[in-house]
Amino acid sequence: MSEFSGTGALIRLIVRRDRLLLPIWMALPPLFVVVVVAAFVSLYPTAASQQMLAAQIVNSPGFVALLGPVLSPTLGGLTAWRSSLFASLIVAGASALTVIRHTRADEETGRSELLSSGAIGRRAPLSASLVVTLGVDLVLAALCTAGLVAFGLPVAGSVALGLSFAAIGWMFAALAGVAVQLTESSGAARGIAGAFFVLFYLLNAVSDANEPSGRSWLSWISPFGWMHLVQPFANEQWAVFALFLGAVIVLIAMAYALSSRRDVGAGILKPRLGPARASPRLRGPLALAWRLHRRPLLAWAAVFAVYGVMIGYLAKTSTNLLASNAQLANLFAHFGGASAYTDALLTFSLTFLGWIAGAYAITATLRLQTEEAEGRVDQVLAAAVSRLRWAMSNLALVVIGTAVVLAAFGLPAGLAYGLSTGNVGYELPRVLVAALVYLPAVWVVAGIAMALYGLVPRLAFVSWGVLGAFLLVELIGETLHASQSILNISPFNHVPAVLVSGVSVVPLVSLTLAALILTIVGLIGFQRRSIGR
Amino acid sequence: MSLIEIENLTKYYGKTLALSDVDLTVEEGEIFGFIGPNGAGKTTTLRILLGLLRKNAGRVSVLGADPWRDAVALHRRLAYVPGEVSLWPNLSGGEVIDLLSRLRGGFDRSRRDELVERFKFDPTKPCRTYSTGNRQKVALIAAFVSDVELFILDEPTLGLDPLMEAVFRDCVREVRQAGKTVLLSSHILAEVEALCDRISIINAGTIVESGTLTELRHLTRMSVSVETAHPVTGLSELPGVHDVRVDGAHAHINVDAGAINRVLEHLTPFDVRTLTSAPPTLEDLFLRHYELPTGDGAR
Repeated sequence: MSEFSGTGALIRLIVRRDRLLLPIWMALPPLFVVVVVAAFVSLYPTAASQQMLAAQIVNSPGFVALLGPVLSPTLGGLTAWRSSLFASLIVAGASALTVIRHTRADEETGRSELLSSGAIGRRAPLSASLVVTLGVDLVLAALCTAGLVAFGLPVAGSVALGLSFAAIGWMFAALAGVAVQLTESSGAARGIAGAFFVLFYLLNAVSDANEPSGRSWLSWISPFGWMHLVQPFANEQWAVFALFLGAVIVLIAMAYALSSRRDVGAGILKPRLGPARASPRLRGPLALAWRLHRRPLLAWAAVFAVYGVMIGYLAKTSTNLLASNAQLANLFAHFGGASAYTDALLTFSLTFLGWIAGAYAITATLRLQTEEAEGRVDQVLAAAVSRLRWAMSNLALVVIGTAVVLAAFGLPAGLAYGLSTGNVGYELPRVLVAALVYLPAVWVVAGIAMALYGLVPRLAFVSWGVLGAFLLVELIGETLHASQSILNISPFNHVPAVLVSGVSVVPLVSLTLAALILTIVGLIGFQRRSIGR
Repeated sequence: MSLIEIENLTKYYGKTLALSDVDLTVEEGEIFGFIGPNGAGKTTTLRILLGLLRKNAGRVSVLGADPWRDAVALHRRLAYVPGEVSLWPNLSGGEVIDLLSRLRGGFDRSRRDELVERFKFDPTKPCRTYSTGNRQKVALIAAFVSDVELFILDEPTLGLDPLMEAVFRDCVREVRQAGKTVLLSSHILAEVEALCDRISIINAGTIVESGTLTELRHLTRMSVSVETAHPVTGLSELPGVHDVRVDGAHAHINVDAGAINRVLEHLTPFDVRTLTSAPPTLEDLFLRHYELPTGDGAR
């Protein structure tokens, strides 16, 4: 067992290092689930109304593809339907990132070298990161279950739903365990995990669109499909968890097998050589910023584009459905009014994408902080580059990058939708504009990140909390009819729903101004403070 | 002309005092050694000279300008090698060399190729895969290709092997030959002794000694070993003689500068067979003039 010795010590180290992250990750999905249940209870208090809503959703392939099927026309079924995507995004993302952070990222920075020279077995780092991740997923499942039971939902269903969240987390932890063996860079490992998330999600979306009951053979391909096959609150299929467990065991075995075939710090895939000289274009801070932003930007844009095609295509398949229905109108009310069902569906997707683009804006803006924390900025600023020029070069790519990402969704979505309705000339510009009006709100998020970075770089990560707060405000507001003044906190609440009610300029201008002011505040702070690691 | 002037420089990190009333002057065309143990405040001083850190008090002038206000204009005229070189993982070493020297305002391609050759550096690998020594080479090559007046080097040989250290010393001497000025921070005393015209020793944020190596050597002792026909006696009574160890025909002493002649006169009657003397090393100076700090100092 010497290969595993030291695992316990490493587990304590991980818990100590992530003492802030782990509780947040554990608390978010249960919190979300509780908010969703509360919302449904307040909006659809009777069993009859819940049944009607469920029936309408099942008949809306677009919604089913986006969020999954409603497997049971009850409060529990609706809750499972509404919370599955968001919860799995958080759980899968956090699980994969935690494993990568404590394996490959440590190897990349050389931290694990120090550790593995101690009485630490070859397999201890992977084992420790898996133990912590799988453990946290279980705690989170228990919390979700407790929250659901507290609202009086059936225990069996609550356990099944909570466990299905944990299961998806386990899958992605194990998958990340394999990914980190393959590449030398933690960024590439995160890319692999992210690509699998998108792939599985899309596979499942296609499957759900074809068979809204969520029981097509295609469901067996994607772990997201397995989550539906568990059928929480409907007819719980506990055997499906064996499928999860089997896949997790196979993946972990694979990770261990691969890890014993490689050196510490090396990956199974060998890195390619680079050019001996820089191209003539690589000559200023802007060119450098482009090199640093390029790869993640292209990856984000690709995901947004695939999503756009899917939404554009699905929107058409559901146009036949009449949305003049009062109950459905109620559901869509918060999107700006019950107009055409497709427009509402597109607007719904856009809201979701606005938040995701906000997340991209934060990662892109905080690249400034990464560069400073890693000490790379010293050499740039010690050359003939002013602080302002360096910061602005990166911010220019944030501005352009967020536009690229949103257009990467809007263009294919509009095109696919236009092609399916036979009116590209009308739909394409409309959908593209509807996507691009999210830019000012996304820039506000970037501005918040910049202001925090410029003034107190230690607290720059708080921008994630702010984005989370905006999300929460919208989610609660959307269903609990919170007062307008609370809703107005979120910049996304000011984005005009172009497809439903047309463009309004005033909010866009004021959001842009707010973003500009925040950025300037950040830049002034950055100019005046010391640069430090 | 003084290229760097520092007067009463004081810097706090929060409540921790990192530099206290530091005075330092670097003259044009010299190699100036800035030595001290880890955490003494070397890097902090250099980063203030580059305008990366704010100072709390004192006056700093580099090439006649204020490094905080005139950073960009100033940086066109100097090259910096950080103590801990961190590079962009997805760029190749060659790309980073070119980029950094272009950011400073262009470089001579043949000089660049010559340096890559001399440092035996493979510029095609992604920076992620370089060892500490190789990352150091990237920063050194990028600095030495630049046609600048001042080189600020922060512990530049950390991680270099002895062969590369020799290449580095040649490069430093070449730029001095060309009339450039070098500020070299180090805790490797042999390096400072081999290269520097003048040095300042910093400890716990305070300058404890400054001067030429010769001047500083007068502050310390010469070590003398002697073998005689008859056992030596009476050494301990001589003024300026310390640490006497006599073992039969062998004697070992440390002698103050200035007392050596009297010691030789004393030894002659004992019939000297062999005598070796070693000049005081910087290490002696180092150890004698301050106790190595035990607590955490500044960075």
